[in-house]
Amino acid sequence: MNPLLIAEGLHKSYGPTTALAGADLVLHAGEILSIMGPSGSGKSTLLHCAAGLTSPDSGHITYDGRLLTEMSDVERSALRRREFGFVFQFGQLVPELTALENVALPLRLDGIRKRAAERRATGLLDRLGLAGKARSRPGELSGGQQQRVAVARALIAEPKVLFADEPTGALDSVSGEQVMEMLTRSARQSGAAVVLVTHDARIAAYADRGIVVRDGRSLDRARAR
Amino acid sequence: MTIATAFLALLESGPRHGYDLKQAYDQHFGVDRPLHYAQVYTTLAKLLRNGLVTVDGVEGDGGPDRKRYTVTEAGVTDVQRWLDEPEKPQQYLQSGLYAKVIGALLTGRSAAAVLDAQRDEHLDAMRELTRRKMDGDLADRLICDHALFHLDADLRWLEHTADHLDELAEQVRG
Repeated sequence: MNPLLIAEGLHKSYGPTTALAGADLVLHAGEILSIMGPSGSGKSTLLHCAAGLTSPDSGHITYDGRLLTEMSDVERSALRRREFGFVFQFGQLVPELTALENVALPLRLDGIRKRAAERRATGLLDRLGLAGKARSRPGELSGGQQQRVAVARALIAEPKVLFADEPTGALDSVSGEQVMEMLTRSARQSGAAVVLVTHDARIAAYADRGIVVRDGRSLDRARAR
Repeated sequence: MTIATAFLALLESGPRHGYDLKQAYDQHFGVDRPLHYAQVYTTLAKLLRNGLVTVDGVEGDGGPDRKRYTVTEAGVTDVQRWLDEPEKPQQYLQSGLYAKVIGALLTGRSAAAVLDAQRDEHLDAMRELTRRKMDGDLADRLICDHALFHLDADLRWLEHTADHLDELAEQVRG
């Protein structure tokens, strides 16, 4: 089976700081892939490049047979909206909206009617164990519940790839594991592949496969073997 | 903990037949190593001989005799002694992995490659345990967590060592 996403030979510098120095990544459809590495190793930059959020200085990224690195900003933005979902460590929810409205937001922005969008959002909240919290605002939820709302919102448009950058980084270990269990189960149910950046081996263990990034280079021993 | 001690603890919660003891042992203590029936009956024979259990009834039901065992006062004292004695923390001073790192440095091979290979092995084991944990009940989850926390600690040591390889190489070769 052809990979869904391939990043090859990525280089990226921020001023004098080298973030990526020839990093690679291969992701298959429906696969959960972890990217591990110490702080400052370049793992988040690799995710941002692979997701089309940041442009590498050099190297190629191919998504579903199309060269991401040759797309215009508008094309990349449309691709992200249609095919990708995102979960970050902090501050992704709109504080004025309820959990239900937050989850439904991507569909509403895509022009889907309120009732249909909220029906799907209700189903996802239910799947993520938040059925009783639909009317709560983010400030009324625990950190773990907020992250689960963020996961629901990232999955509502049925993305092909969910990019998760330290999704449990701000949570205690119990909440972090709950988020990961629900994230991986939901992603598998919807068939989404996941790229998961984490420095925590216990979180990376939820993935099917992992790569390690060190000094801007990725080490994928499974491919090398 | 020995099989005998586990049997005494199980019998303290109520009399049981040999078959029930095996089932309860496998469920609570066996994890991936269920008992053979031969182990069950040799252990019970030894406990009987040492006065730690007695037979408090035999049921025929037309089939083979089924003895029902109960714990004695001496057996209860053994259980208490076992629980009163804290487990000795493992010292972890004879690490096979550390020996490999030193072996690689002494022979001019790549210690980083040794650590990389070990990281993969540990992460494979952690992924397997995590899958099992997600499908398991609370007891399964806690058993898997115990292993996962230890593997995670190994991985932290591994990263820590990887950061000090140059320095260690100088000491070893110096």
